Amino acid sequence: MTVTAEPAVGKEAPPGATAPAPRRRTGRVRRIALPYLLLLPALLLELLVHLVPMVIGIVMSFKELTQFYIRDWGAAPWAGLDNYSLSVDFDAPIGKALLHSFFVTCAFTVLSVGLCWLLGTTAAVYMQENFRGRGFLRAVFLVPYALPVYAAVITWAFMFQRDNGLVNHVLHDQLGLTDSPSFWLIGDNSFIALLVVSVWKGWPFAFLIVMAGLQNIPKELYEAASIDGAGMLQQLRRITLPSLRPVNQVLVLVLFLWTFNDFNTPYVLFGKAAPEAADLISIHIYQSSFVTWNFGTGSAMSVLLLLFLLVVTGVYLALTSRGRKAADV
Amino acid sequence: MAAPRSFVWSRRIFLTLLTGFVLLPVYVMLSSSLKPLEDVSGKFRWLPSGLTIRPYIDIWSTVPLAKYFVNSLIVAGAATVLSVVIAIFAAYGVSRYRFRGKRLFTVTVLSTQMFPGILFLLPLFLIYVNIGNATGIALFGSRIGLILTYLTFSLPFSIWMLIGYFESVPRDLDEAAMVDGNGPLGALFRVVVPAAVPGIVAVAVYAFMTAWGEVLFASVMTNDTTRTLAVGLQGYATQNDVYWNQVMAASLVVSVPVVAGFLLLQRYLVAGLTAGAVK
Repeated sequence: MTVTAEPAVGKEAPPGATAPAPRRRTGRVRRIALPYLLLLPALLLELLVHLVPMVIGIVMSFKELTQFYIRDWGAAPWAGLDNYSLSVDFDAPIGKALLHSFFVTCAFTVLSVGLCWLLGTTAAVYMQENFRGRGFLRAVFLVPYALPVYAAVITWAFMFQRDNGLVNHVLHDQLGLTDSPSFWLIGDNSFIALLVVSVWKGWPFAFLIVMAGLQNIPKELYEAASIDGAGMLQQLRRITLPSLRPVNQVLVLVLFLWTFNDFNTPYVLFGKAAPEAADLISIHIYQSSFVTWNFGTGSAMSVLLLLFLLVVTGVYLALTSRGRKAADV
Repeated sequence: MAAPRSFVWSRRIFLTLLTGFVLLPVYVMLSSSLKPLEDVSGKFRWLPSGLTIRPYIDIWSTVPLAKYFVNSLIVAGAATVLSVVIAIFAAYGVSRYRFRGKRLFTVTVLSTQMFPGILFLLPLFLIYVNIGNATGIALFGSRIGLILTYLTFSLPFSIWMLIGYFESVPRDLDEAAMVDGNGPLGALFRVVVPAAVPGIVAVAVYAFMTAWGEVLFASVMTNDTTRTLAVGLQGYATQNDVYWNQVMAASLVVSVPVVAGFLLLQRYLVAGLTAGAVK
C-alpha cells in the first residue's frame, strides 16, 4: 500500500474530478487521495480552530490592538515589538506582574503535577492486585475526573468560604488550629486552596493512566522475581517503576501542560480576578486582555507562554527519550 | 501470592484516607443540596437540621437551568458524535496508509494540545465574527460555533488514542474484508470499527466530558439563548445572597449525566487506554 506518486495530485483532486479518466487510473488516484480525504475533516477543523487562530494570535501580538480597533482589527496600527517589550519589562508594573504570575504558575505546576503523580501512582500500585472492593474503589476514585470542572470547583469554593465553609469549620471550630477563621479564597492562602482543588481534580487521571500501564506488565516478571526471592519493595523498584517509565514520560508531560495552562479551576474558584498568590498565567493573560481590553499585549503574553511551553516540552522530550528511540506515532 | 500484613495495613490506611479526600466534596454537595437555606448561610453543619427538596425545585426558576441543560446536551452531544466520526476517519488514514505528510499531520495535531487556550480564544472569536459577516453563517454566539470548537478540542487526543487502537487490530482482517468485495471504507466500518469498540467508547466519553465541562470558551462565545451549564451555573453565585443549597443541588443535577455515563463506561475507558494510549 506504499504510495510513490506525488501526493499533491490526490490532495487537490475532489472525489468526482477524475470521473472521465479510464477506470484503472481512477482507482489509482482514489487510492492516493484516500488517506488525504480521510484526514481532510480533521485537518480543516484543526486549521479553523487551532492553527489559523494561532497565526492570527501571533500577528495580533505585533499590533496595537486596543478596544478602538476591535471591530476592524486589521486597521490597528503595527506596534513592532512594543507589546513584547512591555510584557518583559520587569521593572514596570505590567512586566513585573507577568513575571510574578509566571513564578506562581511554575511553583503551582511543579507541586500539583508532583502530588497528582504521587497519589495516582501510589493508589494504582496498591490496587494492582485484586482485593475485595477494588472495582468499587476504582469507580470512586474516578469521580473527581468525571465531575464537570465547574460543578466540582464550585463545591470546593463553598467548602473554602470563610464563614459558612467546611474547611474553617473543621480547622477553627472543631480542631481549634487557627485563632480566627481564615480567608481561603483571598490572600496568601488562596495558593493552598488552588493547589488542593487542582490535586483533587487531577490525580485520578494519573491513576487511570498508571493503572492502564500496570496492566501491560507481564505477570511472569513478578512470578520470576518472587521465585528469585525479591520482596515487594524490590519488585516495585526493579519491575514496576522501570516498566512504567514510558507511560510516565507521557503522563508527566500531559499533566504539566494541562496544569500550566489551567484556566477553569482558578476561574471558577476565584472569579475573573484571581488573588495575587494564585494568579495563574492563563487567568493573568485573560485579565490583561479582556478586563483592560488590551488584546495586543495579551497576545504577546500568550505567544511568550507558548514559546516557553515549546522549549520546556522540547528539552523534556530530548532528555527523556535519550537512549530510547522516540515513539513513532 | 499472599501480601504481607504490613502491606495490607498500609494499603488500607492509604486508600481510606484517599477515599475520604475524594468523597468529601461529593458529600458536601449532596448534603448541602438537601439543606434549608439557614443551614448553608450560617456555620457549616455536617448534618442538615432538616431535610428539604426545596432547592431541587427552586434551581429551575432561579436561573433558566433547563434551557442551559438543553444547550449543553445539544452542544456536547453533537460535538461528541462529530468528533468520534472524524477521529475514526483520520486515525484509519494514519494507521492504514503511508503517505507524504503523515508525520507532519500527527505531530501538528498532537502539538495543538499544548496551545494555551487563551492564545486562540480571541483570534477564534474574530474569525467566527468575520465568517458570520461574510457568509451569514452565525458561528459566534451560536451552538454551531461552540460545537465546532469543542469537537476540535477533543480531536487530537481522540485521533492519537484511536491510531494506537486501530494498529492493534490486525491488518489481515481488513484485507480479508477487502477480498470479500468491500472497499476501504467497508473494511473500516465492518471490521476495524467493531473490533475497536472499547477504544471508540473511551474516546466518546472523553469528547463528551470535554465539551460538557469547558468554561473559558463558553463564557465568551455564548449569549443568553445559547448559554451552557458551564456559564449558567455561575448565575446562582452572582446574586448578593448566594443560595449555596441551590448551587449544590444544581451542581449535582448537572453532574449526574456525565458521572453516571462515565462510571458505566469506565471499564471501556481503561481498556481503551490500555490498548490505545499506553503502548
